[in-house]
Amino acid sequence: MMTRFAFKAVLGAAIMALGLSAPAHAAGDAKAPAAMEWSFDGLFGTYDRDALRRGFQVYKEVCASCHSLNQIAFRNLSQAGGPEFSEAEVKAIAREYIVEDGPDDYGDMYERAALPRDKFPSPYPNENAARAANGGAYPPDLSLINKARGGGADYVHALLSGYEDAPEGVEMRPGLYYNPYMAGGKIAMPAPLLEELVEYSDGTPATVEQMSMDVTHFLNWTAEPELEQRKRIGFMVLIYLTIFAGLMFFSMRKIWADLH
Amino acid sequence: MSGESTYNPSNGFTKWMDSRLPILRLAHDSFVDYPTPKNLNYWWTFGGILTFCLVTQIITGIILAMHYTPHVDFAFNSVEHIMRNVNYGWLIRYIHANGASMFFLAVYIHIFRGLYYGSYKAPREVLWILGVIIYLLMMAAAFMGYVLPWGQMSLWGATVITNLFGAIPVVGESVAIWLWGGYSIDNPTLNRFFSLHYLIPFLILGVVILHIWALHVPGNNNPVGISVKSKQDTVPFHPYYTVKDGFALTVFLILFAYFIFFAPNVLGHADNYIQANPLVTPAHIVPEWYLLPFYAILRAVPDKLGGVALMFGAIFILFLLPWLDTSKVRSARYRPLFRQFYALLVLDCLLLGYLGAQPAEGIYIVLARIGTIYYFAHFLVVLPVLGIVEKPKAVPESISEPVLGAQPAE
Repeated sequence: MMTRFAFKAVLGAAIMALGLSAPAHAAGDAKAPAAMEWSFDGLFGTYDRDALRRGFQVYKEVCASCHSLNQIAFRNLSQAGGPEFSEAEVKAIAREYIVEDGPDDYGDMYERAALPRDKFPSPYPNENAARAANGGAYPPDLSLINKARGGGADYVHALLSGYEDAPEGVEMRPGLYYNPYMAGGKIAMPAPLLEELVEYSDGTPATVEQMSMDVTHFLNWTAEPELEQRKRIGFMVLIYLTIFAGLMFFSMRKIWADLH
Repeated sequence: MSGESTYNPSNGFTKWMDSRLPILRLAHDSFVDYPTPKNLNYWWTFGGILTFCLVTQIITGIILAMHYTPHVDFAFNSVEHIMRNVNYGWLIRYIHANGASMFFLAVYIHIFRGLYYGSYKAPREVLWILGVIIYLLMMAAAFMGYVLPWGQMSLWGATVITNLFGAIPVVGESVAIWLWGGYSIDNPTLNRFFSLHYLIPFLILGVVILHIWALHVPGNNNPVGISVKSKQDTVPFHPYYTVKDGFALTVFLILFAYFIFFAPNVLGHADNYIQANPLVTPAHIVPEWYLLPFYAILRAVPDKLGGVALMFGAIFILFLLPWLDTSKVRSARYRPLFRQFYALLVLDCLLLGYLGAQPAEGIYIVLARIGTIYYFAHFLVVLPVLGIVEKPKAVPESISEPVLGAQPAE
C-alpha cells in the first residue's frame, strides 16, 4: 500500500507543480499549428545560414534573458551545418559572456570572459532562482525544444507568433497569458516577440512572423545540429542500398533460374 | 544437423581442425549445405533479418555504452553528448533507437508468419517456445533500454510498468521496492536497468542459438506445411537462401535507413527529449508502439491485478499454442475457416495497438475490452474448436508437387 500512497503523493505534487509551468489539461485541446515551409524539411533539406544567424540574434537578444541553451557551446556556432560563423566571430561572440571558472591555484573561483569551448551560460544560477524570477514558472532549456514538443518547428513557430486575447469566459490569473497553441491555452511566458524588437544587421524587416520563423530555424539547428550531414549521408545510403538490392535481385534470379 | 554431414575438409588445417573441434563442419552443415524446402516465400526471410537486427543492436549498443553514463544526473546529458560530440554518435544512437523498432517490426512479421503457416505444430513446439522466450526477453530489453536516456517517458513509462508489480497480492509492494532498489524509481533503478539492458541481448543471443538448433533438427516448415519427403523437396541453404535472404535484408535496410536518416524520431515520443522530472507527470504516458497492444489489454480491465494478469497472460498463452490448436493441418492455405479467423486476429492486434495509444476513456475502453476478449477467445476457443469442426482442403502429396505442378487456389 505504501508504494501506491507514495505514487499518489508524487502525482499530487506533480499536479501542483504543473499549476504554473504547464497545463493540467489533456494536450488534445490545443489548436493545431499550421504546417510551415522549412528549408530543412524533406530529403535534401538544409539550413538557411542567414535565417540561422538572424535566429541566433533573436535568441541572444530576446530568449536568452530567461531561457538557457545548455547543450550548445560557442564553438558549435562555427561548425559545418550550423550558422557557420567564422572562428574570429565566435571568439568575439563568446567574449560578450562572463563565465565562472576555477578554482585557481589559491582555491578561489573567478570570473572570466567566455571562450569558444564554453557552453552558453544559463541566465539563472539554478531552477529555484529561475522560478522566483518568473512567477513560479520555469523557462525550459531551449537546446532541444523543437524535438521535445509534438509538432516540432511548426509548433514552436505557432506558439511564438500565436498569442491572442483570451476569449470570453476564459479566466486568466495574473502572470498567465492566453495562447491557443499551448495545451490548456494558458502559458506563463508573455508574448516574447514584438514588432521591431531586434534590428537585423542584414536589413531584414523584424516582423513578429520573421523573428518567429528565424528563431525557430535556429532552435531547430540547436536540436538537430547533425541534420544536414544526416540527410546528405542518408541520401547516399538510399542510393547505395537501392543499387545493391537490384544486384541482389538479379543474382537471386540467376541462381534460382536453373532450379525449375 | 539433421541427416548426414556432407562436409569434406579440403586442406591440412581444416582436416586437423575437424578431428579436434568440428566447428567448420557445424557451420557447413548449418548454413551452407543445410537442406531447406525449396518453396519458402519472402515471409521466411525474416529469420535472417532478425539475426541481423540482433547483431546490429549489440554492436551499436556496445559503442553507445562506451559514452553513456548511467546516473540520473548525467544520463540525459550523456546521450546528448553522444548526439553532438561523439564522432557519428548521432548515427550510432539513431541506428540503435530505430533498430529496436525495426527488430520488433521484423519479429511481429516472423511471429505472424509462424501463426499463419502453423510453424508451432509438432514437431516444432520447442522451436516455437524458444521463440516466445526470445520475444519476452526482447520486450524486457526494449523496455529497459527506453529508460536509459532518462527522459520524461523513460521515467514515467518505467513508473507505470514497475507499479504493475505492485498489484501482485501480498508481496507486490516488496517486489516493487526490490525492483526499484529504493522507494521510488531513482538512481539505483537506472543503474540496474543499464546492467540488465547490457545483459539481456546476450541471453537473447544464447536462446537464438538454441532456436536455430531446434529449427535445424526438424528442418524448416514451409508454405504448404507438409514435411520434406525427399531430396527433391529441398535445396542447399547456400546459395539459394543466402541470396534470397540477402535480397530481402537489403530491401528491409532501405526502410530501416529511411527511418534512421529522414525520420529518426517519429517512432519515439517528443517528451523523451525532456529530462526526467519526478515532479511533472506527462499528460499521456504511452509506451513504445510495439508494446501498445499489451498496454491496451492492461487498461481494458477495470481491476489492476486483473489487468496485469491478462497482459502477461496475453504473452503466456503463446506458450500453450502448440497444444491449443487441435488441427493436424499446418498451413492456413488448406484451412479456409482458420484463414478468416487469422485475419480477424491480425485486425484485432492492430486495433489493440491503436487503442493503446488513445486515452483510456469512453468508446476506446469499450473497444479495448472487445479486442481483449477476442484475443483470448481466438486462442482458447476458436483454435481448439476449429480443429474439430473445420474441413480442410486437400493437401498436396509433397512439396515438389505444388511447386512443379499447379499452385493450389489461394
